[in-house]
Amino acid sequence: MKGRAWKFGDDIDTDIIVPGRYLIYTDEETLAKHCMEGLDSKFSEKCNEGDFIVAGKNFGCGSSREHAPIALKGVGISAVIAESFARIFYRNATNVGVPLLEAPGISKLVEDGEEITVDMENATITSSNGESIAFKKLPPFMLEILNQGGLIEYLKNK
Amino acid sequence: MPTMSEKILARASGKESVEAGDIIIANIDVAMTHDLTGPLSVQSFEKIGAEKVWDSSKIVIPFDHQVPADSIDSANNHILMREFVKRQGIKHFYDVNAGVCHQILPEKGHVVPGEVIVGADSHTCTHGALGAFSTGIGSTDMAMVFAEGNLWFKVPETNRFNITGDLKDNVYAKDVILHIIGKMGADGSTYKACEFAGQTVSDMSVSDRMVLCNMAIEMGGKTGLVEPDKKTIDYVEKRSKKPYNVFKTDLDSPSLNIIDIDVSELEPQIACPHNVDNVKPISEVDVEIDQVFLGSCTNGRLSDLRDAARILKGNKIADGTRMLVIPASKEVYTKALDEGLLKIFVEAGALVSAPCCGPCLGGHTGIIGPGEVSLSTSNRNFRGRQGSPDGEVYLSSAAVAAASAIEGRITAPE
Repeated sequence: MKGRAWKFGDDIDTDIIVPGRYLIYTDEETLAKHCMEGLDSKFSEKCNEGDFIVAGKNFGCGSSREHAPIALKGVGISAVIAESFARIFYRNATNVGVPLLEAPGISKLVEDGEEITVDMENATITSSNGESIAFKKLPPFMLEILNQGGLIEYLKNK
Repeated sequence: MPTMSEKILARASGKESVEAGDIIIANIDVAMTHDLTGPLSVQSFEKIGAEKVWDSSKIVIPFDHQVPADSIDSANNHILMREFVKRQGIKHFYDVNAGVCHQILPEKGHVVPGEVIVGADSHTCTHGALGAFSTGIGSTDMAMVFAEGNLWFKVPETNRFNITGDLKDNVYAKDVILHIIGKMGADGSTYKACEFAGQTVSDMSVSDRMVLCNMAIEMGGKTGLVEPDKKTIDYVEKRSKKPYNVFKTDLDSPSLNIIDIDVSELEPQIACPHNVDNVKPISEVDVEIDQVFLGSCTNGRLSDLRDAARILKGNKIADGTRMLVIPASKEVYTKALDEGLLKIFVEAGALVSAPCCGPCLGGHTGIIGPGEVSLSTSNRNFRGRQGSPDGEVYLSSAAVAAASAIEGRITAPE
C-alpha cells in the first residue's frame, strides 16, 4: 500500500477524531465529514482514499465511541500507524476494519505530507527516502478480519 | 497468588485459574449501552443477523447523553432504542428522567462484587469501585455480547495504587485521582487493571471510590477496582438482591505492580487543557473562568453537591461567570431537593438542570464557545470536549468548582 501520510502528535483522543456533538449520527458518510475536526476542520476534504495517519503515542485515547474508527474508514484512511494505541480504540478499529500498525519510531521517520509504503506481509513501513522500520505483525485472524472489512463481515463470510 | 481481576475473570470463564496475558472468553453478567452508543450497537446486532438478545434481564439501557432529546436526530435515536427495548423485552430500561448511566447502575443494584460488566462507554470502569471487573467496549463488541452473552478478553496485569495518608481539609478523591493520573501519564496504565488500595481508600465512602475508578481510563486502564469491604457490602445489600462474590488480590501475585502514593501533603489538583494528565497543584493555577459545571459520572453525586453547597451557601456566583449544576440521578436530585441543596445553588445564581451528562462531552446543555474557559468536575478536558475547539476545559473537585464560581477564577476553597 502506498499513500500520503497525515501526521499528528501524541494522545490524539477520540473527541478529536469525532467530536461528541456528532455522535448522534451513525452513518459512515456523515461521520467522515467530521473526521479529525477537533484539530483540522478541513481534514475530510483534504484526505484521499488510501492515505495514512501517522501519530505519536496513545492514539485513540478517551471515549469508547466506535464512531471514531468509522469516520477514519469513511475518509478512506488505509491504516493508522502510531507509536502506540489506546486499548478500546484498538479493538474498535479492528472490529470496523481499520488496520492499526504499532511502529515504535514512526514519528521520527515520517514527515507530514510524505508518501510512504506499507508492506503488510513483511510488516515494514518505508519512507520516501527509502528508510524502513518494522511494525508489530498482526496475527493471521486479525488480518483476516481486516481483509473482510471488519468483524461482522468476517463472521458473515465464515 | 492471583489478583482480584484474575480471580473474577477465572470465575467468569469457567476456569480454575487464569493469568495475565491469557486470552479468555468470559460470560458477561451485565451489559450496558446508552442513547448515544446504543444505536450503533443495535445496528451491528441487526447486521450480524441476530434476532434475540442472549438474556433480556442482564442488559441495562439508560438514556443520559442527549436527554431530553435536543434535536430530531436525537429523538430518532431514542425512538430506535425504545423500540429495541420493547422488541427484545429488555427488563432494565431507564428513560430520559433517570440519570447518568454510571450512577444508575450501582444505585439501582445492577452492580455487585465479583461480576464481569461491560458497557458501551469508556467510563464503565467506575463500577469496579464495588469490586466488579467492569470495562468499556465499542458497539460491535456490544452487539456480540447482546447476541452471545460473552466476550474475549486479554487478562490484564495490575497496577495497584497503595494510597496512604490523611487527606487535608478540602482535598478529595478527585484530587487524589488527578494527582495519580498526572504522575502516571495518559498512557501510564494502558491495558492494566488499576486497583486502588491502602488506608486512604479504606477510609473513603463508596461514592469517593467511584471517583477513583471512574478515571482509571484516563491513564489507559482497562478497569478500576477496589477490594470489597464492609462499606461495599452495606451499599450493595441495600440495593441488590443478586448473589455476589468477594475477591481480593494476593499481594504475591507476579502480575502485580504496587505503586505507593502518599497523599498527606496533597493540595487540591487541577487538570489543565488539553489533557487529563496535565495536572498542577491549584496554587500554580490562576485562570479566569466563564462557566462552572458541577455534575457528571465523576462528581455529580450527593456528597459532591453537599460539598459545593456548603461553600456556596449565602454567596453569589461572580458576575460574568455562570454555573450549571446537574445531579447525577433522580435519587441524587430528590435527596438534594430534600436537603435544600438545590435552593442554595439557585439562590447563588446557578442553573440546576435535570439529571443527564450535561456539557461533559459537548453534546448539549452548556456548550462553550471560542475563547471561553470552563471549570468542570467531569473527567475529560480534551480540546473541544465541551464545545468549541478554541475553548478550554479545566478539571477539579466539586469544592474547588464552588469556590471558583464565587470568585470567577480558579480558587482553592478555604
